Order: sequence, then C-alpha cells, then structure tokens
Amino acid sequence: MSTETTKASVSTISSSGFDVERIRRDFPILDLRIGDHPLVYLDNAATTQKPKVLIDSLSKFYSEQNANIHRGVYFLSEKATDAYEKSRARIANFINASDAREIIFLRGTTEAINLVAQSFGRRFFQKDDEVIISILEHHANIVPWQIICELTGSKLKVIPMDDRGELDLDAYEKMLNDRTRMVAITHISNAIGTVNPVKVMIEKAHQWDVPVLVDGAQSVPHFPIDVSTLDCDFFVFSGHKVFGPTGVGVLYGKEKWLREMPPYQGGGEMIRTVTMGKSTFKDIPDKFEAGTPDISGVIGLSVAIDYFESLDIEAIQAHESDLLKYGTEALEQVSGLKIMGNAPDKSNVLSFVLTDVHPHDIGTFLDSEGIAVRAGHHCAQPLMKRLGVSATARASLCFYNTREEIDKLTTNLLKIQKFFNG
Amino acid sequence: MNELTELYQEIILDHNKRPRNYRAIDDATHSADGHNPLCGDELSVSLRLNGDQIEDISFQGEGCAISKASASLMTTLIKGKSLQAAKEESTVIKQMLTSSDESDVSMEELGDIIALSGVRRFPARIKCATLAWHTFEAALNGDEDTTTE
Repeated sequence: MSTETTKASVSTISSSGFDVERIRRDFPILDLRIGDHPLVYLDNAATTQKPKVLIDSLSKFYSEQNANIHRGVYFLSEKATDAYEKSRARIANFINASDAREIIFLRGTTEAINLVAQSFGRRFFQKDDEVIISILEHHANIVPWQIICELTGSKLKVIPMDDRGELDLDAYEKMLNDRTRMVAITHISNAIGTVNPVKVMIEKAHQWDVPVLVDGAQSVPHFPIDVSTLDCDFFVFSGHKVFGPTGVGVLYGKEKWLREMPPYQGGGEMIRTVTMGKSTFKDIPDKFEAGTPDISGVIGLSVAIDYFESLDIEAIQAHESDLLKYGTEALEQVSGLKIMGNAPDKSNVLSFVLTDVHPHDIGTFLDSEGIAVRAGHHCAQPLMKRLGVSATARASLCFYNTREEIDKLTTNLLKIQKFFNG
Repeated sequence: MNELTELYQEIILDHNKRPRNYRAIDDATHSADGHNPLCGDELSVSLRLNGDQIEDISFQGEGCAISKASASLMTTLIKGKSLQAAKEESTVIKQMLTSSDESDVSMEELGDIIALSGVRRFPARIKCATLAWHTFEAALNGDEDTTTE
C-alpha cells in the first residue's frame, strides 16, 4: 500500500466511523484517472455511479437470462418474467407501497411525470382548473404540466420561495382552493438542495381533496422513503440516480387513481383484446407499461436497491451531512464565492457562483484537474432567474465522496480565481 | 494545464475581463438575440449598416469567458468592414472553430481571433465560441432569434 493510500484511508473514516474507503471499493469507476488526476466525481445529482454488483448483474442477465417477458411459455422467458415481477415487489417494499401493482416501471422521473400529467390531466383537468408547482422545480416537473394545462385550459400556479430557497408555505396554503386539481412538488431541489416539507404540504392539499405528486429524483438516494406514511398520491424517481442503470424509472401511484386514469401509451403488453374497432386494456400495472420494458434495467434496479439498503443508512446520512457542512464551510472561505440556496433544511448540493468567473469556465477548469461538477442552469431556468443568475456551478455529494475531494475542489476554486481575475 | 492555457490564452482572458464594444447601439439597423440552450447563455448583437459598410457593431449579455471573448473579438474584427467581407469573415471563423483539421484554415490571416482556436479541443465549449457569430449572421438575415442548436 502506498503512503498516499494509507493517508487517505486513515483520514476518510468520518467521525461517525463510516469507512468511506471500503465503500469506494464497491464502485469501480472511482478508481478512474482523468488525464493525470484521479477522478473526483461531484455530479451525483445528475447521476450516481454504479456498484460492481449492479454492473455484474447486467452482464449476468444478458449472458444467462435474457428473454422477453410476460408472453413466453419457455424456461428463459418465465425466469425473466419472474425476475421482473420480483423487482416490482422489491421496489414496492423499498418505498413501502402497500401493493406491488402500484409500481409502474418507466424510463425515468421525466416520463413518470409526463404520464401522470397526460393521463390524470386528460381525465380530471378542465378549463380554469389549477395545478400547483413550485419555483424550485426541475423542468421535468414544469413542462409536462404546462403542456396539459395548455391542452385543457387549466392554469399553473407557482409557490414562491424566500432568498434562502425555502418555499413560502403561507402562499401555498392560500393557493389551494376548490379549483386545484393537482399539487406537484419536488422533494429536494436538484439545483440548490432545499428539502421541502412534503408531508405537511401533502396534508394541506388533502384538506382540499387534492392529490399530490412528489418528485423524488433527488431524495431517494439520500433518505428512506415511505410513501404510505407520506400519504402522497404519486411518487416518482429515476433508477440511475439511486445507483441503478439509466433507462429505468419508477412511478408509484395510489391504486384508486391509477385505476381511474386512462392509458398513457398504447401498444403490446398493455392490452387485453384488440380488434380493429376497439381495444380493451389490462389492469394496473400492465395498463401503463406498453411495449417491451427495460427488463435488464428493472432487474438491475432491484440489485442496486439491495446494495443501497445493505448499507448503514444512518451512517451514510451522518457522513453526507458532515460532507455538506464541511463543504459549505470550506467554500465560504473562498472570497468572491457565493453559495446559492441556504435553506435551513438542505441536502447534498453545493451550488455556487464566483465573482467574474462564469460557471462554464469553472467547469472546464475543474475538469482539467479531474473534478466533475455541473455548470449551467441545472434544468431549472425559472429558479435561476429567481436567484438572479443565468447559471451556477454545482457540486453534488454522495456517500462515497470524501473531505479530501472537497479540499481539492476548494483548492482549485482558489486557483481559478487567480487564473481569471489575476 | 497545457490544453487549458491554450484555451484560455491571454487575449481571451483580456477580452473576457474588458470586453470591447459591450454596449447598446441606439440607432442600430440590425440586431438579434442568440441563445445557447445548453447553458442558458444569452447574447445580443446590434449593428448599424450604412450602405454596404458595417459602421458600428456591439454586443451585450451573459456568457462564459469563451463566448464573451469571441463576441468582443468579433466586434473588433467586423467593425468598419463591408457587408461582403464581414460575411466571408464569419464563414471562415466558424469553420476555424468547428473544423477538426487545423490545416483547413489559413491561420495567419485571422489575427487575434486565432486565440479562440484552442476551443476545438473542448467539444463541449465550441458552441460558446460560435454563439456570437451565429447571432451576428441572424442579425444580418433579419432573424430576431437564433440558437446554437
């Protein structure tokens, strides 16, 4: 073992006793070098890296199990169908849904929100009805609602926030009325890390019998999710942000809604009978899964969830809050740096701007040192406008990150300032 | 740091810090807004055409060092040129910025703007450099909006 490695492993055991070095060994890509530098991956809000168990499972599926599901009467197809449906039950268990039929597999968060907007909206929205979202939303939780509102003549209402990035709950309460048909709200802001009090917001909406969709893309990798306790009507997330493969995502919906909602897409797998005159549809969840799904992705997702749940979630959370606190304090020492978003309840995201240095230049410079951050509007242009910037640089954290990696970020931000501002 | 210093040459850093012709033109005859949907950057270019001559050209907006320097260098290069010469210049520069083959373009004739050529090694940043030129062409063509898509 080299001196450098020894030093790293000693110093990366956090105060909670969480052994980061051991966890890092589960993720092959973290050994990668970018040019002369070890990869420092700080773009976890965009996608998380993959544990070896998942990578192996994808290879195993295609080497030993591949077949299309649901219609084959042969051995492999039955095996694949069984694994696919077991995965549905696994995901239901992961987020504590009461019934596996409430789990729909889709491409990701974006497709899940589009499904709800189109299907629920066509069934329930009418002219002058209202949909409530917030200023913190990702474009994926804005645009689908704009499209269905345009189609049905409904109106979009936007919950404002204060300068710290906290939503104005009084304004939210005043927005709810008997024309409100849906509240769609992010659990955690992907751009500035605000954690929204979704449980309280759901209770308020339910007082008006308004269903609530929670965009859990950013919360699932960091908090245990319990949709039954939250009592949300819909919960959506992407597999690839929770250590799973890209191309698979989850829609949880309460059975009572899913049954009333019309199909989103038509095709194979979702029909009971088809004649040229009319088709009838299967029950949930099949009704919403037209065509061959991402079979290996769905099975892979359950492998990723098994891995994630095998970790000590309390230790992970302690480590992640340590990183956020450490990172916040470190970045605040950089003169001319402003952290965007400092809500009291905040998670895993350090979004910032540097005086006279554009986020894209920060991104390119950091890349030359092996540090991967995101620079831009983070698919949240209305939020950027509210913050008074066109873009930010964003370091987003995961449990496999270390204090040393944050030190590298800080050191290079100081270099960047010198480089651009002399 | 080599590729990086090639991208961010002194001329680029200077034009980023002290952009030339960064202002409005009150009696502009042509103008357009350019958007880079990738990053949300916005740039506006205005110019005053007198007969066949571009008497004045300016830009405003938000952008990274590359897009700002490119716009600033563009205005210094285009100002005073004939319409025909400016259009030809724009074609050559865009070719220089997007061509993977360095021999495609005669470098000596281009002057300071050659400093932008380092962007070719950063595929993700090429659109930052071409935004100003697309916007300039949109202004000449009478398009109010353009993007780098």
